[in-house]
Amino acid sequence: MGVADWIDLGQMDELGRMDTPVHRIDARAKASVTLAFIVVVMSFPRYEVSALVPFLFYPVALVSLGRIPCRHIARKILVAAPFALAVGAFNPFFDRQPHGALGVPGGWLSFASILLRFLLTVWAALALVACTGMNRLGAGLGRLGVPRVFVVQLLFLYRYLFVVSDEGGKMLRSVEMRSEKGRPLRLRAYGPLLGTLLLRSMDRAERVYRAMAARGFEGEIRELERPSFHFEDTLFVVGWLTFFIAARVWNLADGLGLLLTRILA
Amino acid sequence: MSHHIVEVKELAHAYPDGTEALKGVSFRIGHGEAVALVGANGAGKSTLLMHLNGYLPTERGEVRIGDTTVTRETVALARRAVGMVFQDPDDQLFMPTVAEDVAFGPLNAGLPGDQVERRVAAALERVGMSHVRGRPPYRLSAGEKRAVAIATVLAMEPDILVMDEPSANLDPRARRRLINLLLSFEHTRIIATHDLEMVVEVCPRVIVLDGGRVVADGPTFELLDDEALMLAHGLERPHILRHSHPH
Repeated sequence: MGVADWIDLGQMDELGRMDTPVHRIDARAKASVTLAFIVVVMSFPRYEVSALVPFLFYPVALVSLGRIPCRHIARKILVAAPFALAVGAFNPFFDRQPHGALGVPGGWLSFASILLRFLLTVWAALALVACTGMNRLGAGLGRLGVPRVFVVQLLFLYRYLFVVSDEGGKMLRSVEMRSEKGRPLRLRAYGPLLGTLLLRSMDRAERVYRAMAARGFEGEIRELERPSFHFEDTLFVVGWLTFFIAARVWNLADGLGLLLTRILA
Repeated sequence: MSHHIVEVKELAHAYPDGTEALKGVSFRIGHGEAVALVGANGAGKSTLLMHLNGYLPTERGEVRIGDTTVTRETVALARRAVGMVFQDPDDQLFMPTVAEDVAFGPLNAGLPGDQVERRVAAALERVGMSHVRGRPPYRLSAGEKRAVAIATVLAMEPDILVMDEPSANLDPRARRRLINLLLSFEHTRIIATHDLEMVVEVCPRVIVLDGGRVVADGPTFELLDDEALMLAHGLERPHILRHSHPH
């Protein structure tokens, strides 16, 4: 399986075109709620773990109501996971101060918190793209007032991922065909390989741009339908923001625990 | 005012590395003509095509589309009049679905939604690809991709169609469909290709390029049947002519 299959960008496009209640929500509503979600999740103190747990509700809701296959998202989260691991991996060694009632070392708590935040934010962002589609998302951001330059950059970055992964896939295949089975490529061979990949991708990008220019592209990607903001969209925004604020102010996980113990007692 | 005429006068172009790709090319193509642009690799075909819609700015000489000289100011007009179908459909199809890809040009032209929709439907119908409109382009076969790439250009309702190697990578049936499609167009057509058999069927006129110059310009049967001319410029007399003109 190649890099391209692993990232499987094409499927992301297909998921984005499905028709579910979540897909029908206006891109502006989903984009702003997801942004608020990320900001709120990031605003917690560094040792916080339990209060973050209720936030799982948002990506889970997007993914399940949007009928996005879990395996698909999980794979992409795994691709990004090494970065989060690298960021937090040393915390347990440096910060051994015990914290909380259980006396867990602070380093482990902050490590867990980093991982949880990573999971939440990446999951939410992926779910957003999967149940909106990159082009609709871009147009939505544009209508939200994000400068056109950034939106077009974002869309091209996404579009050219296909280009680069395509070229990379072809090169890997030709390398595989000309190298002995099972013998890894010498490290020195990777330099020219990457250089070629860059040059080929640039050439290809140039041709794609040329084709776009030939069809009158002048720096703005337009959409066929211009959706309007409905009552459901407003409800979506207000509902989630209320939940985020509530979950930020009160530790809902603790609250639920207390409630349950009180009921049982 | 007619946009259907293409006139190139003493067009020359050198790339930044010093390669002189075009050294003074001149020709005039009239309304509704189908002209093949043939020549060995590196003869200057692609460079010439890139001038026809102003992608490469004219440095020396002149390119006229209808009554308009292509300059930095008129480039938008030239791009509306000249529909360009590129060699690799994968470069041309970049939107998530076929329909969105075909709508890309008309939307850029600022047309209202219902007109865009009408053009998309008409263009896909024209190339027989209405059934794939909701599919992602990269999932199509080479023949379907080619047809859709042509539809993306037809949707802009150009007066002139410029195609770079339209029959490349097609299986015989898809190639046959393409030829019938090309024959059915009433646009002015300029087709750069190595497929000389197709040229015989589609284009009554041929322009032969070599080393950045026009070395021959005339009726297809006459030029392509001239074995000496063909061989001298890295080409070959097509089989189809050998059979129809036995010696």
